[in-house]
Amino acid sequence: MRYERPQTLEDAAALLAAADAPAFVLAGGTDLLVRMQNDNFEADLIVDIKSIAGMGDIVQSDAGFVIGAAVPCAALSEDAALVAAWPGVVEAANLIGSTQIQGRCTVAGNLCNASPAADSVPALVAADARVRIAGPNGTREAAVIDIPTGPGKTSLAKGEIIEAVLLPKRAAQAGDAYLRFIPRTEMDIAVVGVSVNLTLDAGGTVTSARVALGAVGPTVMLVDAAAEAIIGTSLDDAALDALAAACSAASTPIDDKRGTVAFRTKVAGVLARRAAQTAYTRAGGK
Amino acid sequence: MASIAVSTTINDDDVEFLCQPDETLLDVLRNRLGLMGAKEGCGTGDCGACSAIMDGRVVCSCLVLGAEAQGRTIETIEGMADGGELHPLQRKFIEHAALQCGICTPGFLIAAKALLEVNPDPSETEIRFWLAGNLCRCTGYDKIVRAVQDAAREMRGETA
Ligand SMILES: Cc1cc2nc3c(=O)[nH]c(=O)nc-3n(C[C@H](O)[C@H](O)[C@H](O)COP(=O)(O)OP(=O)(O)OC[C@H]3O[C@@H](n4cnc5c(N)ncnc54)[C@H](O)[C@@H]3O)c2cc1C
Ligand code: FES
Ligand code: FES
Repeated sequence: MRYERPQTLEDAAALLAAADAPAFVLAGGTDLLVRMQNDNFEADLIVDIKSIAGMGDIVQSDAGFVIGAAVPCAALSEDAALVAAWPGVVEAANLIGSTQIQGRCTVAGNLCNASPAADSVPALVAADARVRIAGPNGTREAAVIDIPTGPGKTSLAKGEIIEAVLLPKRAAQAGDAYLRFIPRTEMDIAVVGVSVNLTLDAGGTVTSARVALGAVGPTVMLVDAAAEAIIGTSLDDAALDALAAACSAASTPIDDKRGTVAFRTKVAGVLARRAAQTAYTRAGGK
Repeated sequence: MASIAVSTTINDDDVEFLCQPDETLLDVLRNRLGLMGAKEGCGTGDCGACSAIMDGRVVCSCLVLGAEAQGRTIETIEGMADGGELHPLQRKFIEHAALQCGICTPGFLIAAKALLEVNPDPSETEIRFWLAGNLCRCTGYDKIVRAVQDAAREMRGETA
């Protein structure tokens, strides 16, 4: 196995593209190093992207926020403007692991690891986040929801690296929230995760919404019916009931020791209701 | 596999070492540099016994490659006492009997030190959340939390 620490994205993509045995990007390593401990793990090449200029920065512009792929999740909560604009994304990213994991893990790594239970991904999908991807043939953009294709699988081609996660500019009176269910209060994998992102008009009516579910299907899903259930309402009880029902209906979870199908299906609705209320309050709704 | 030459700073000393590309920082610290304070409890990021501070952030050294230490600044438990004088956290851990077997202790001390650097007056809840990635099978945690609170008080210059 070789370890390389290129200084440019072009070099990193070229190294990965030229590898003829398994090659991996190394960001925070909190998934990759765990996998490396496994006896049947095979890799020829590890490409550490943390020395590439700009990858460790969070940049705010007129278009929104650009979060470099090497920014550790702990740094997200230290950026006051990001927390103010996207509190749900930051709270989701900050739920990953412990203090020690936070110091290393990245949202791009969480996305590329493609776990159905990845905490930051529903929040990114609800936020309509995109990723900038550098590859051997140049740069392209994609929606976050199009990256995971199944457990452990992504749509990234050989040699492609996520360079940054892009969060759109925030409208006034908008808010988002992420909630997950785990059996303990810290350090566990989501049994269900729900993110709600919404925008209000001056009268407190929801004008747009995106609702995403994690851990209740092979990939994170965007539930249009759940968004439609609350658009045009001021989140009254009937709207919340319809939201919960739509999220439960969209859930296609597995049965395992961490949660039964019936439990996960029900909890998806319960969490959606609570996340929507938090997002509504954060958007300035009363 | 070809060895990698790494230059880094550990506990304020310039350090150079050779390591394998797949060797963890924890293995480098323990097996190559004789810094045996960091322990391997799990090797998978769950227990925090291997905690070290890298460029100001606490990390699990079992989830860092030795090669990644190049050009970084690393702090380990060996650098915590000032010569013969224990750090207030170390003293308070002893006073409060916040350790039994001691395997988890270096990790708790490193993580608690990092906490008090960013938050000199943490609440009990903040202490418990910050230290949630450090597992202890002996003490039941209460004494650890008390020791951190007491050390924080002393470091803020308050008398108990
Ligand atoms: C103790 C522990 C607790 C955890 N708890 C949680 C949790 O609560 N919730 C949760 O969601 N996850 C959890 N995780 C999993 C992990 O921490 C996250 O998935 C994390 O976000 C991964 O980010 P990373 O930067 O460390 O990824 P890495 O390990 O560096 O990479 C992960 C994968 O993505 C690829 N990759 C990384 N960056 C890029 C990029 N920019 N472009 C292309 N490919 C890339 C890598 O090649 C690798 O295959 C936990 C892990 C541990 C060890
Ligand atoms: S040995 Fe590193 S976290 Fe357990
Ligand atoms: S004192 Fe034994 S594990 Fe903590």
